[in-house]
Amino acid sequence: MVKMILTGNESAAWGARLSRPKVIAAYPITPQTSIIETIAEFIANGEMDARYIRVESEHSAMAACIAAQNTGVRTFTATSAHGLTLMHELLIWASGARLPIVMSVVNRAMAPPWSVWTDQLDSMAQRDTGWMQIYTENNQEVLDSIIISYKVGEKHHILLPTMVMEDAFILSHTSEPVDVPEQKMVDDFLGEYEPAFKLDPDDPAGFGSLIMPEGPYMEFRYKMALAMDAAREEIRKVSQEFGEVFGRYYPGLVEEYRTEDADAIMLVLGTIGSTAKDVVDRMREKGKKVGLARVRYFRPFPFEEIREIAKKADMLGVVDRSYTFGYGANLYAETKSVLYGHSDVPVKNYVMGLGGRDITPEIVEKVFDDMLKIAREGQVDREIEWVGLHGDERWS
Amino acid sequence: MLPGHTACLGCGATIAMRYVLKALGKNTILSIPACCWAVIPGVYPHRTLDVPLLYTAFEVTGAAISGIREALNALGKEDVNVVGFAGDGGTADIGLQALSGAVERGHNIFYIMYDNEAYMNTGIQRSGSTPMGAWTTTTPGGKKRMYKWEPKKSVAEIMVAHNIPYVATATIAYPEDLIAKIKKAKEIKGPKFIQILSPCPTGWRHSPDKTVEISRLAVQTNMFPLYEVVNGTYRITVKPKNPKPIKEYLRLQGRFRHLTDEEIEMIQREVDKRWKELLKKERCSNED
Amino acid sequence: MVVLPEEPTPIAKVPSTENKTGGWRTFRPRIIYEKCIRCYICWKFCPEPAIEFDSPDAHPAPKPALAKFDTVKINYDYCKGCGICANECPVNAIEMVLEESIEEEEAD
Repeated sequence: MVKMILTGNESAAWGARLSRPKVIAAYPITPQTSIIETIAEFIANGEMDARYIRVESEHSAMAACIAAQNTGVRTFTATSAHGLTLMHELLIWASGARLPIVMSVVNRAMAPPWSVWTDQLDSMAQRDTGWMQIYTENNQEVLDSIIISYKVGEKHHILLPTMVMEDAFILSHTSEPVDVPEQKMVDDFLGEYEPAFKLDPDDPAGFGSLIMPEGPYMEFRYKMALAMDAAREEIRKVSQEFGEVFGRYYPGLVEEYRTEDADAIMLVLGTIGSTAKDVVDRMREKGKKVGLARVRYFRPFPFEEIREIAKKADMLGVVDRSYTFGYGANLYAETKSVLYGHSDVPVKNYVMGLGGRDITPEIVEKVFDDMLKIAREGQVDREIEWVGLHGDERWS
Repeated sequence: MLPGHTACLGCGATIAMRYVLKALGKNTILSIPACCWAVIPGVYPHRTLDVPLLYTAFEVTGAAISGIREALNALGKEDVNVVGFAGDGGTADIGLQALSGAVERGHNIFYIMYDNEAYMNTGIQRSGSTPMGAWTTTTPGGKKRMYKWEPKKSVAEIMVAHNIPYVATATIAYPEDLIAKIKKAKEIKGPKFIQILSPCPTGWRHSPDKTVEISRLAVQTNMFPLYEVVNGTYRITVKPKNPKPIKEYLRLQGRFRHLTDEEIEMIQREVDKRWKELLKKERCSNED
Repeated sequence: MVVLPEEPTPIAKVPSTENKTGGWRTFRPRIIYEKCIRCYICWKFCPEPAIEFDSPDAHPAPKPALAKFDTVKINYDYCKGCGICANECPVNAIEMVLEESIEEEEAD
């Protein structure tokens, strides 16, 4: 184990390097680019043995990863925002083809207007693609999650791809001390890639051929659903194994922080988690019983954990760093959905930090205060609230 | 290739596949995007090819074969032929970017464009590769004579502009020429592009028994010249001594039935112009 | 009980020869062996492929010089009756016959 000072993007590149993918397909986009630049340097210096395809678009990056993985090798790519949404068609292809590709995603806002700062709409818009999604909180988690994602995805009863998210700039371009595991330990942990199937001239087969409505199309989709369900237990198991080997224990699908005896619990994705933990500590010192649940995996969705969390508090506040133009943002809508019939706890959606708008400890504290008020009163004033809009004195 | 596939009667693209696989042999991996050939192998769990086949999205053949090639190389299997086999829509139109990227990067790949000159699998819509004057369901004529009046996009020439080692055109009526080109390409490392004119009875509106005859006439009228470009040097592989008037090619096909004599004359001029250009390219590229 | 495919994603391995596409046929190509010069052009251009080789002595050769070459036969399980073979045959040794008339012939 070596301690290094790494940005989130360098951590992602190290996570990829240690996992030994044989093919990398790369296309630049801010703020992801330094991941593929770092990998290019690793390969150019002979520190990483992989074929590096400098594709002409993200769409082709995913297409090349799909084809390479189907040929029987581990693959990696990275993208962000418009690159990710350009891939959309092929994300669905990758999961349907049951290829455990791992991809770094730096969460960045979608245009218009142009913005390169953090916002999770890009990956939220991919929630139905059949990929596992993990939202990370710090650079160490970025690196470790890539290794863990290969291990989970490659299990033959799972065979699903994973995107590992980091918030733009907050992680991608911010340096932190990171433990970089030894290659040998990662090799032993991951093992050689053993594809469940592959293109092989000695065993001719057609991968992904036409299926009529009476054929097993629905059955293949059902098998994917079963795999995604099975991934919950596998993530918990592999997180435990990872802890035993590397000494860092990740808490499965959801990380809870001071949720015991809390009056109000905030649910978040990504780096808001570390800001909020700090605020929780400060408010606890003042006797305000607040807690935090950082949802690490949005896919598979941690419905069991969320139902348990709902039992612990009088109110849940769900923070989304993106908005879906239905009724409430994604984490909120899905949280309410899994609580229906299981809990009467009031749930409120706080939409914050879009387009990289800073989420400060002060504003998080105001949100917690609002949550505590709802917890006392037993009902929400409004179900969805956009926090920190220009001129809104409630939050200034 | 096995019988029992679901191609239409007299399908030219199916004959093209037979020749390509005959020339390449079993140590081959194919990738096929959305196109007629995505359906021809039949419904799951059937396969009609004796080589592995990766079905892909419409526009990604170039990227897919790049991925297969590099994965095979990483596994030390550099001897396996990697072939993209795509229609003209998937090549000239929606897949052009991925193709351009793939050949520019120099992967050791074959890209076969089987050119049936329209989106045939979706039911005969105009593509960039549809020839001048043709009827399709999106150039249906009507009162305004809205046919495909723009000249056919020349993907082979676009490939030549990429400075790749091997570009060729071929057609099914000349199997020896086609197979010789693929075998020659096999000896060349790097990206190889071969455009195979593949008549489509359903879309061209001709009787299925005329598939090979029409393919032959395309060459004999200079409508579709057969040539190869090896490292920039052109060689016309079949040179008709006395080219037939294109009318002989057009009259066998319902898709050209509406053409007036003036319009045929206009197409003839376009064909003559292109043929002269090709002769010039052959001459110039062979000069010192 | 729910029945699921064994593999995780469609992997097509069953040869298409299970599909007897001969049922699509309207016209049946018939080889007139007295004329056939065993040039194999029909075999070369068959899109199925449904033209197979047979032993040289399966049919009498029109010329003694041809007797050593394989004859061809049509596999009607797969022939869709496109007629390319008849159109391309240089000596008109393949005729296209309406399927129903053959059925009538056979019934007679």
